[in-house]
Amino acid sequence: MATVSVCQYHRGGFSFENCKRNALLEADINKLGLSSPAARKTGTTICGLVYKDGVVLGADTRATEGMVVADKNCSKIHYISPNVYCCGAGTAADTEMTTQIISSNLELHSLSTGRPPRVATANRMLKQMLFRYQGYIGAALVLGGVDCNGPHLYSIYPHGSTDKLPYVTMGSGSLAAMAVFEDRYRPNMEEEEAKRLVRDAIAAGIFNDLGSGSNIDLCVITKGKVDYLRPHDMANKKGVREEKIYGHPVTGNYRYKHGTTGVLTKTVTPLNLEVVEESVQTMDTS
Amino acid sequence: MCGLLPGVLHLRSSFKMATALQFPANVSTLNNYNELYPDWTQREVSTGTTIMAVEFDGGVVMGADSRTTTGAYIANRVTDKLTPIHERILCCRSGSAADTQAIADAVTYQLGFHSIELDEAPLVQTAASLFRDMCYRYREELMAGIIVGGWDPRRGGQVYTVPVGGMMTRQPVSVGGSGSSYIYGYVDSNYRPGMSKEECLKFTAGALSLAMERDGSSGGVVRLAVISEQGVERQVILGNQLPKFSTV
Repeated sequence: MATVSVCQYHRGGFSFENCKRNALLEADINKLGLSSPAARKTGTTICGLVYKDGVVLGADTRATEGMVVADKNCSKIHYISPNVYCCGAGTAADTEMTTQIISSNLELHSLSTGRPPRVATANRMLKQMLFRYQGYIGAALVLGGVDCNGPHLYSIYPHGSTDKLPYVTMGSGSLAAMAVFEDRYRPNMEEEEAKRLVRDAIAAGIFNDLGSGSNIDLCVITKGKVDYLRPHDMANKKGVREEKIYGHPVTGNYRYKHGTTGVLTKTVTPLNLEVVEESVQTMDTS
Repeated sequence: MCGLLPGVLHLRSSFKMATALQFPANVSTLNNYNELYPDWTQREVSTGTTIMAVEFDGGVVMGADSRTTTGAYIANRVTDKLTPIHERILCCRSGSAADTQAIADAVTYQLGFHSIELDEAPLVQTAASLFRDMCYRYREELMAGIIVGGWDPRRGGQVYTVPVGGMMTRQPVSVGGSGSSYIYGYVDSNYRPGMSKEECLKFTAGALSLAMERDGSSGGVVRLAVISEQGVERQVILGNQLPKFSTV
């Protein structure tokens, strides 16, 4: 069977030698009282739903590194093919690289078959890759798209299991978003209602989960058209510093006039210093 | 498709070394965010579950609940655990969702290929053997309990069970999954050989309802499938339509 792919994964499974080394390193670092740097995670709220004409995918835009926000406006909806997009939660590097690898392979496959790619194909490729790595690739994905068989939506977990459902949420804010979906989802919604529902679900994740925040990105996929709305909603605009308070300008200028601080006493103490050594260094002015 | 033969589970034997490694006692797990991130980042998706299959004269009845959990969160409340392997062969999956999906995909491929080579419908025993070979070979790495049921022209309706560890045996009635422990008594006392299709359906639905009532990892809807010479008929019994046993 001829196979066409970007990366050749023929040799066996994952090599676990590095895991043993990492564990020993971690132990050594902990002995010194320090902690190793945390991987950048996307914390995240991502979701998707199937509506009358296609699928709507939504995501927040916060990337965290431990308890610090590493990126206030990162893009979590990744391109897989012209009709298939994928939201990613979990380790940022893993979701980015996994989706890029599958996107390349899917394009080669599509050229090889001479047909536009199907969502089920992308799903198979992703689940087989993630299963091969036994959960060590921390990528939890919401895959959605429209192909010749209609709109499809899958949720893919890091260990390689997938579920095909009409609405899914993933990420640390998934419980908040799922609560909104379970309350208001109906089959065959109109586009505006579907976009509003996804926006509200992501907003629930943003405002109730510490790992999610910033803006809401949306991606509406229909047969023949993709609307990538980034940002769809800037729910957390940064505040603007006040120019004047009670008529006095608050410019942040820290040069103060002479006499602003009154002088109470003044004492002058001359320091008697001896010249010990004198050296002259000429400047190179050529 | 990815340079990967779908018929083979790509698990190297070196993985066996990883599981037998002694990690130092003070090593924290590499992804150690507990309260901030939900269970699915640490735990694997498991099908918790109650699954069941019964033979009758002319076919088999297979049933399962519909709950998939990651820790305490229900990842999918309408899962279909009755996976088609061939036209008249289904399998019920319990254990790790990723493992059972991967195994089922691999066996579906192998059985389809085998059936084309033979140019006839495969035997249910063949499907069960394929599951057994995979589950036994990779028994250290996998967590999968599978019940295979189907109809073939040579031996009629058959149920084979392949529990964790990779044993295979044929049974007239088989239950599996975490919820099965609660219904062994009900199954042993209510099964009689020679039941009709309708009696088997009622028996299966009743057993699954009782298990779902008591087991936290089982719930949702009851999915039933009847496999016979005519093909596969599927039904869903929703939560409010489940048989009731007591008002307590």
